[in-house]
Amino acid sequence: MTSEFFFGHLNYWLFIILMMTGLYIVVAKGNLVKKIVGLNIFQTSVFMFYISIGNVTGGTAPIFPLDMKIDPDVIYSNPLPHVLILTAIVVGVATTALGLALIVRIREEFGTIEEDALLELEHEIARKVSDQHGEAMGGRHSGD
Amino acid sequence: MVLTALAVVRMRSLFAVVMLSGIFTLLSALLFVTMDAVDVAFTEAAVGAGITTVLMLGTLALTSRHERPTARSPLIPLFVVFVTGAALIYGTMDMPNFGDPTAPAQTHVGADYIARTPEEIDLPNMVTAVLASYRGYDTLGEVAVVFTAGIGVLLLISGLRRRRRKDEDNEGSA
Repeated sequence: MTSEFFFGHLNYWLFIILMMTGLYIVVAKGNLVKKIVGLNIFQTSVFMFYISIGNVTGGTAPIFPLDMKIDPDVIYSNPLPHVLILTAIVVGVATTALGLALIVRIREEFGTIEEDALLELEHEIARKVSDQHGEAMGGRHSGD
Repeated sequence: MVLTALAVVRMRSLFAVVMLSGIFTLLSALLFVTMDAVDVAFTEAAVGAGITTVLMLGTLALTSRHERPTARSPLIPLFVVFVTGAALIYGTMDMPNFGDPTAPAQTHVGADYIARTPEEIDLPNMVTAVLASYRGYDTLGEVAVVFTAGIGVLLLISGLRRRRRKDEDNEGSA
C-alpha cells in the first residue's frame, strides 16, 4: 500500500467512519430524537462522500466568469454531484421534518419518546387485545 | 468532525445533542467550500444547520429534554456497524484517488455539462444550469417530495391544540 494510495483514499475512509457513527446512533440509541440526529449525521457523510468524488485536483468551483470569457485552461470541479447533493439536502430536511412531526405525535399519544418504553406499551396493548378476542372465541385467559 | 459525532453518541442531554448536530453541519459546510462546492456549502449552512436545528429545538420543546439510558447491550449494534464499515472500506479499494482528473466520474457526463453550458444555457453558474435545465425533472420531483412532506407534517401536527383543549374540557367536567 503506497502512501499515495493511502492519502488518496483517506477521505473516503473518514467519511465511512462518520457514516458508521451515525448508523450506530440510529441502531443502538433508544431516544427517537437522537435517532433522527444520527440519521442526519449519516446523511451528511454521504453528501461529503459524493462531493469528494466530484472534486478535481487543482480545480475550482464550477462557476464561469461573469463576462462569460471562458479560459480553456481553467479546470472546474464536476458540477453534477453538487446538483444531486443540493436536491438531497432539501429532501433530507423534508424527511427530517416529517420524522420530528411523527415524534411529537408519538409523544402526545404515549407520553414517551424512548424506544424501550414504547415497546413495553405496545406489548401491553397487544396482550389486552388478544385477551379480549381470546375470551370472545372461548379460549383460555392467556398469561396471568 | 469525528469528535463532534462521537460527542453526540455520548451526550445524554438532548439540547446539547441538537446543538452539536448544528456544529457538525456547519463544519461539513466548511468542508464543502474546500472541496469547491460553494452552492452545496451555503445550502447546507442555511437549510441543514439553520432550519433543521430550529425544527429539532421545536420538537424538544414539545417533548422531553433528556435521554434515558437503555438497558440493551451495545454489542450487537457495534458488531453490525463494524461489519458494514469494513465492507464499505473494502469497496473503496477499487476507487480512484481523491481529486484524480481521470476518474470515471470526471470523464463522462460531467465534462459534457461543463463544455456545453456556455453555449446552450449561457449561465455563469454551472450548478444552476444543470439543476434547473438539464436535470429540471429532478428538481420538479424534489418540489413534489417537499410538498408531500409539508402536507404530512401539517396533518400530524394540526390537531394538537384542538385535542389538548378537548382533553382539558374532559378533565374539567369529570
